[in-house]
Amino acid sequence: MPKQRGTGELVQGTLEMLILRTLARGAMHGYAIAVAIESRSEDVLRVEEGSLYPALHRMELAGMLSSEWRTSETNRRAKFYKLTATGRKQLAAQSTNWNRLVLAIARVMEG
Amino acid sequence: MPWWLKFRKRRALERDLLEEIAFHRAMRARDAKASITGIPPFGNETRIKEEMRDMWSFVPIETAWRDACYGLRGLWRNPGFTIVAVLTLAIGIGANTAVFSVVDGILIKPLPYPDADRLVGVWQTAPALGGGAFNCSPSMYFTYREASQTFQYVGLAATGGATVTGLGEPEQARNMNTTYGTLQALGVQPVIGRLFTEADDTPGGTNPDPVIISYGYWQSHFGGDTSILGRGMTVDSTLRQIVGVMPAGFRFLNVEPELITTARFDRSRVYIGNFYLQGIARLKPGVTLTQANADMQRVIEIWKNSWPPPPGRAAVDWQVKPALRPLKQDVVGDTGNALWVLMGTISMVLLIACANVANLLLVRTQSRQQELAVRAALGASRRRIAAALFIESVLLSLIGGAAGVALAYAGLRLLVRIGPENLPRLNELAIDLPTLGFAFCASLFSGLLFSLLPVLKGAGSRMATALRGIGRTSSQSKERHRASNVLVVTQMALALVLLISSGLMIRTFQALRNVSPGFTKPESIQIFRLWMPFSQVPDPAQVARTQVAIREKLAAIPGVTAVAFSNTVPLDGRTSWDPVWAEDKVYPAGQAPPARTYRFVSPGFFAASGTKLVVGRDITWAEFNDRTPVALVSENMARELWGTAAAALGKRIHEPGPKPTWREIVGVIEDVRNGGVQFKPPSIVYFPAVMENGYGNPLYVQRPVAYTIRTGRAGTQSFLAEARAAVWSVDSNLPVFLVSTMKDLYDQSLAPTSFTLVMLAIAGTMALLLGVVGIYGVMSYAVSQRTREMGIRLALGAEPGQLKRMFVGNGLVLAGAGVVIGLVAAAGLTRLMKSLLFGVSTLDPVIYITMAAVLVAAAVIASYLPARRASRIDPTEALRLE
Repeated sequence: MPKQRGTGELVQGTLEMLILRTLARGAMHGYAIAVAIESRSEDVLRVEEGSLYPALHRMELAGMLSSEWRTSETNRRAKFYKLTATGRKQLAAQSTNWNRLVLAIARVMEG
Repeated sequence: MPWWLKFRKRRALERDLLEEIAFHRAMRARDAKASITGIPPFGNETRIKEEMRDMWSFVPIETAWRDACYGLRGLWRNPGFTIVAVLTLAIGIGANTAVFSVVDGILIKPLPYPDADRLVGVWQTAPALGGGAFNCSPSMYFTYREASQTFQYVGLAATGGATVTGLGEPEQARNMNTTYGTLQALGVQPVIGRLFTEADDTPGGTNPDPVIISYGYWQSHFGGDTSILGRGMTVDSTLRQIVGVMPAGFRFLNVEPELITTARFDRSRVYIGNFYLQGIARLKPGVTLTQANADMQRVIEIWKNSWPPPPGRAAVDWQVKPALRPLKQDVVGDTGNALWVLMGTISMVLLIACANVANLLLVRTQSRQQELAVRAALGASRRRIAAALFIESVLLSLIGGAAGVALAYAGLRLLVRIGPENLPRLNELAIDLPTLGFAFCASLFSGLLFSLLPVLKGAGSRMATALRGIGRTSSQSKERHRASNVLVVTQMALALVLLISSGLMIRTFQALRNVSPGFTKPESIQIFRLWMPFSQVPDPAQVARTQVAIREKLAAIPGVTAVAFSNTVPLDGRTSWDPVWAEDKVYPAGQAPPARTYRFVSPGFFAASGTKLVVGRDITWAEFNDRTPVALVSENMARELWGTAAAALGKRIHEPGPKPTWREIVGVIEDVRNGGVQFKPPSIVYFPAVMENGYGNPLYVQRPVAYTIRTGRAGTQSFLAEARAAVWSVDSNLPVFLVSTMKDLYDQSLAPTSFTLVMLAIAGTMALLLGVVGIYGVMSYAVSQRTREMGIRLALGAEPGQLKRMFVGNGLVLAGAGVVIGLVAAAGLTRLMKSLLFGVSTLDPVIYITMAAVLVAAAVIASYLPARRASRIDPTEALRLE
């Protein structure tokens, strides 16, 4: 579970959404996911391994992801995750939700 | 993913996770080398792993599995304890499983017909007949079939023997004579051919009489030939056509008929009376027994007004009431009560077994106190420890249960092989799913039960005390003693209840053996039956002549001291009854005198059966041959009507009939237990087997008769061969059937009692043994725990005899408490077996005192042995111990 410590920590529950979004671009192994999230957020969001892997496994158990072992770019065996149909649906639902939330917060803050 | 799949995949997943983390680290390290910040720390790896494990596993199951493995190892390390506990449980659970499968197979399981709960036995009652249920008469068939609104099918049937000729020697086959409707009601389908139709049971039809044969008969007599349909077969001198074959194992009530023939009643000749047919009906769907009985009340009113009285008799309103009952009751009969009592007693044996195992466990838990304390100190919660102990116990009881099922299987095989006469549906018994379920539940239940005390004690033990107890200062906690004492007292009480109930059965059996049944030396009375059908011998005078001729041939066989024939013999289950009118009594108009049992005898019947003449004389051959109107009555009937036996002599009576002949009473016969040793002797009237103007017939004879032959050779094959030859020398077409000795009939009538007796005696013995083992175990354990104390006592000058007395005294106190509770419990519980008892009160003091004494004696012996060991302790040894 993401820890709420200092800035750059993830809001609880958003890690799943970020993983889903990241994987929407294609299959990736855990490290690549972490790196992708960090770079896309321009190093604002840091993914802790202690949260990442349990989240990945939980999502796999829930049927949002599927995984397979493949050879990585460094010629090592790595576990690649990709979205399932359920995951895709979940992503759509969570993005809509997120957008609504962000808009709502923005309106409040602007007001 | 189901938890068990996760469970299986878990190892692989853990490996995966490690590799994944390693890869992540390697990648991070590679990237970090390029950066200035250095290797960032990886999160807490162990924590991740733990989190994953929780995700991928099913914690309670895992814990239970670990506990089970641990428990198994513990049991394996203590083979002595394990074997004793498993054996005790196996006996307890095995006995219960076996009895349950009998109870389930006989009492609970539906009959082996489709929708068996809709099948009813059709019975009637009438106040004049003393309230007992009686069967149906042919006239009822027509009314019931036509007027009932609640029956889907109804049919009447009777079972008996039929003679098959033309297939070799004349042969007797078990026959079911039935109307249309019976087989339809049962819902059975023939293997080949068809069942009877409505047209089949109408007399005078163009078809030849049909017959259906059993699967077994088809195989044994026709080799399973499928082309036999339509073939002819002579049954009771009538040519019949085979129309169908029943499926294998078809049973009608408790009979497995070989032939099924049609009963054809002539509408114009049936009347109110002749109640000899078992009625079977299938209720329409959704109809309750109450509704059906209400409807039958209406139908019986119609029946009463639709048919004439028996030929030559005045109409009597018998006030017949319907008494439908589930067909199962007809099949199971009165074994139900005995079986439930048995189930109750055998479950007590299981309780005693549980108490024994609980005691063993208590001892074991006590010696594991320190181990448990260590576990508690290492952070195991009370609940965890309790769960571990529970699981271990349940494991033990499941092993015991498995062994018990094996025992039960063996026991059932034995029971089916012995095949007690009085157990119906024996062929349906098996260790099936419900039985296994029962065994499983019984094991689980006993596991929970016997672990209750040890768990409460073990999990509740105070850590500090227990840990301190490692030293040599420990002495036994009073609590544990109290717990095991309670168990021993319970065992003693339960064992006493069982001993008393088996004692009561022994007394019942004795009382039954002591009852004079109304015949003597049954082992030297040979009985067989003959039947002369009308089609074979139409002339009644010829019937009588043949019967007398056969009697003379039989009397000439060497070793025969007396021979007679009669329509029925005592205990053969055949009774006929009718009212008897006495000349000197006045009967209100339209009201019949009470019904009596009728028996038609030849002279010499009482000499042959060994029934005593109270006063007067037997019928003479001269009277018999001249058809002199004479009669005999039983002593109880004479007393009821005329006060004393002697007063009956010279009085005149008659049977029903249009212009009845008064028949003079020439003798009074001792009472005979006609319906079974345990039943009150009925009042019986004896008429000659040949009567002029009997029931309004010019010559009234008995076509089916039983020969009663007194000979020391009764029951031997050589004698039977000679008897058959004697019969055939008179008429070679007469089959001899239903051969038995009076002893067989007598034993059969005692069979329910002796079966219950044997089973209760087994249960009682098991209870006594288990109880003795229990008290012995507790005493020996007490002795072993108090060795040091004994040493000190001896060193301080106590006499060995004193110590012995002390231990035996302890044992006696426990046994005494058990006996007191047991006596009270027995006084209450034995009331449940009242219907099984005969000639003994449920509070019989002799049995209560004897059994209590037996128990106390056993307890004294069981505690003397360990006590002797205690008194032989060498003080120096004892004090040096540990």
